[in-house]
Amino acid sequence: MHSDVMLDTLGLFCPMPIIKTSKKIKELAIGQVLKVISDDEGIKKDMPAWCETTGHQFLGLEEEQNGGTIHYKTYVKKSK
Amino acid sequence: MTTTKLDPQAALAELQESKPERVTLVVLSGDMDRVMSAFIIATGAASMGMQVTMFFTFWGLNAIRRPGMSSQASDWLRRMFGFLNKGGADTLPLSRFHFWGLGTRLMKLVMRRNRMPGVPELMEIAKDLDVRFIACTTTLGLMGITKDTLIDGIDQFAGVSTYLAEAKEAQVNLFI
Repeated sequence: MHSDVMLDTLGLFCPMPIIKTSKKIKELAIGQVLKVISDDEGIKKDMPAWCETTGHQFLGLEEEQNGGTIHYKTYVKKSK
Repeated sequence: MTTTKLDPQAALAELQESKPERVTLVVLSGDMDRVMSAFIIATGAASMGMQVTMFFTFWGLNAIRRPGMSSQASDWLRRMFGFLNKGGADTLPLSRFHFWGLGTRLMKLVMRRNRMPGVPELMEIAKDLDVRFIACTTTLGLMGITKDTLIDGIDQFAGVSTYLAEAKEAQVNLFI
C-alpha cells in the first residue's frame, strides 16, 4: 500500500505506538498517508479505534512474518 | 463600519465540535502497577485527543512526590508518617510480589529489557501531552506531605468539588 511517511515502533509496547502516532500525524499534510510498523499485536485493534476517535481514516493493515515475530503495518490517512 | 454576522446555531455546533471528550482518573493507590495503568490510560486518552485530568489522593500522592524529600510537616506525628511513607515515582512498590523490594526491582528489570516505559517515563509523556495533575489538599495535610516536596508541574491543589465539577463533564471517570 502507498504511504508518504513511515513510523517505526518495533519493540515498543502499548501505549507508545499510539502516542508516537498521535505526534507523527501532526507533521503530515491532510490527505497524506502514515504507515506505522509495530510488533505489538494490540495495534490491530488499537489503530482503528484511535482513528475512529481522532477522526483520521484507517486504510488498512498488512501482516508480515519476520523471523519469529509478526510485523503489523497499519495505514492511516490524515483527514483533518 | 462592518459587523460580523454570527449564526448562533452554527456557533453552537462549532463549539460542540471543538469541545474535546474528557477523562478523569482518581489515583488513590500508590502501587506501581496500578499507577502505571493509570498513566497508560491517561497518555493513551491524551493521544486520542481527549482532555485528561488526574486527581491524586492518599497513597497516589506518592507518585507525584519528589524523590528523597522528607516531610516538612509542622507536627512530629505527621512528620513521622511522611518519613515512613517514602515517595517518588521510581520507588513505588508492586501491589503483589513486592518481596521487600526484590520483586519490584526484578519487574523493573524485565520492563527495561523490553523497552517498556516505567512510571517516571510515562509521567513525563503525560505532562508532555498536557495531562492535568491535581493534588488533593486534604490528604496532603493528612499524610504530612507539604506542597514544596511535590514535583513541579502540579496544575492545581484542590478538593472534592473540583474533582466532581470535572467528572460531571467527563465521559470516562475511573477510580484507581
